[in-house]
Amino acid sequence: MRRTAFVLQLGVTLLVAAFLMVPVAMSIAAGVTANYMRGIASGMTLKWVAEVWGLYAGTIGLSLQIALATLVVTLLIGVPAAWFLVRNPSRLSRVFEEIVTLPVAVPGLAIALALLLVYGGVRDFRASWTFILVGHVLYTLPFMMRAVMAVLQSIDARTLEEGAASLGASPWMRFLTVIVPNARPGIVAGALMVVTLSLGEFNLTWMLHTPMTKTLPVGLADSYASMRLEIASAYTLIFFVMIIPLLVAIQRIGATRPVRKGAPR
Amino acid sequence: MRRSLSFDLALALPGLAFALAFFLVPMTRLALVGASGEDGLAAYLTVLTNPRHAAVMGATVLLSALVTVATLAISTVVGLFLSRHVFPGRAVLLSALTLPLAFPGVVVGFLIILLGGRQGLFASVGMSLGAGRIVFAYSMTGLFLGYLYFSIPRVLLTVMAGIEKLDREVVEAARSLGAGPWQILRDVTLPALMPAFIASGAVAFATAMGAFGTAFTLATDIDVLPMLIYTEFTLQANFAAAAALSIVLGLVTFMVLAVARSVAGTTVAAAG
Repeated sequence: MRRTAFVLQLGVTLLVAAFLMVPVAMSIAAGVTANYMRGIASGMTLKWVAEVWGLYAGTIGLSLQIALATLVVTLLIGVPAAWFLVRNPSRLSRVFEEIVTLPVAVPGLAIALALLLVYGGVRDFRASWTFILVGHVLYTLPFMMRAVMAVLQSIDARTLEEGAASLGASPWMRFLTVIVPNARPGIVAGALMVVTLSLGEFNLTWMLHTPMTKTLPVGLADSYASMRLEIASAYTLIFFVMIIPLLVAIQRIGATRPVRKGAPR
Repeated sequence: MRRSLSFDLALALPGLAFALAFFLVPMTRLALVGASGEDGLAAYLTVLTNPRHAAVMGATVLLSALVTVATLAISTVVGLFLSRHVFPGRAVLLSALTLPLAFPGVVVGFLIILLGGRQGLFASVGMSLGAGRIVFAYSMTGLFLGYLYFSIPRVLLTVMAGIEKLDREVVEAARSLGAGPWQILRDVTLPALMPAFIASGAVAFATAMGAFGTAFTLATDIDVLPMLIYTEFTLQANFAAAAALSIVLGLVTFMVLAVARSVAGTTVAAAG
């Protein structure tokens, strides 16, 4: 009885893992297979990867650029805002938190339409990559703020700050020399999440992009619709090479951190 | 050291200004445009009054609910199993199950095509077994599997965190009082996991309602709400309808997450 239950659960778990991992392996294999229909026996090749590089290298560069810029902006806006919220647990700051984190609860498609309605006519802005940057910052900022707030709350940063204040440090001094260094684990976790999400963002980006501002996921959708399977797979392979190390790093951080108590509010 | 207003303002102002300029103002405008069509404010009711919109809304809610239930069931079985057994390869299995945490919807759509598309795994296995070409990617089934793929890692992590917090002593007490394994599961474990179910279920539901990439990759004629909004906007150039529908969609996902948060007491976030 015990044994059957164990085997059944193991079976379900393996099946789910296969469901998640088999297509990933297939996609990686197809990206380096000479002819997918004839299988891996047709030989391994990097020619599809090279072809993708020729066709889509620009999208890869732009995605990296936007991800880094998103990271910089979320750091500059998000870390101070997180400290503000931890420092002032008032009703008003709850409203502020609600407003800043709202974009996560609203589908990207709706946000993109709203941005297009207001700023679509501002041609220089609409045509530039910063239009996409704005969308990515809206979407990722809450993740940065929550990660930083969680750490600041768990180390009781307010008491730390009071200590520094009693030594005569000014608020800015305390923020830069006490709070930011102590928030580092949260900043690192938030940064990994922000870059990962930005690199893969599609819902907003598809609506916001122009032919001159195609990101990697936009290019992926394009290749899925119009290229042969090997090229689509090779492109996906490149995406995996970029994103999987980040995801593994996120897993590592999650595993080393003690169980998060409750949730940051 | 109390309050220094100018310092607090300097901390909060950039975030506030950004949210105001690029979220609150645009969303307000979207809501106004939604009411600017021929139907006026009634445009917000088309998910009820327009038969096509109502059908799409119903299908989207049904699909999202099914995905949520299936994901919760699978994640509970897998989560309980992985939390309670130690065996070689467990760590690898766990990383495999949570790795796709932030795969974009478009990529998930492509992975489903590799499984169930015209050149997919099931098609070729079906052919070689003489069962014909098994193709299920370009339909609601494909979309269901795609959203399942998308939700499992996230929900599994939340459920497993819930299991870790579960009080082992209560389980031991129930056992020593003579409760069988099923009884413990039904009366102790599952009720204790309810907050985790509500929080992660809400995220899975809201994500499935609003996800666009997977449906876009699988087929543009799958009738779910985000695809309807997209076609109204780009193909029909019906901005008012697209705006009204996106506001309705945004309200639904926002409310589901807000209710979950007040019940489960955790901050939850959708993604994708």
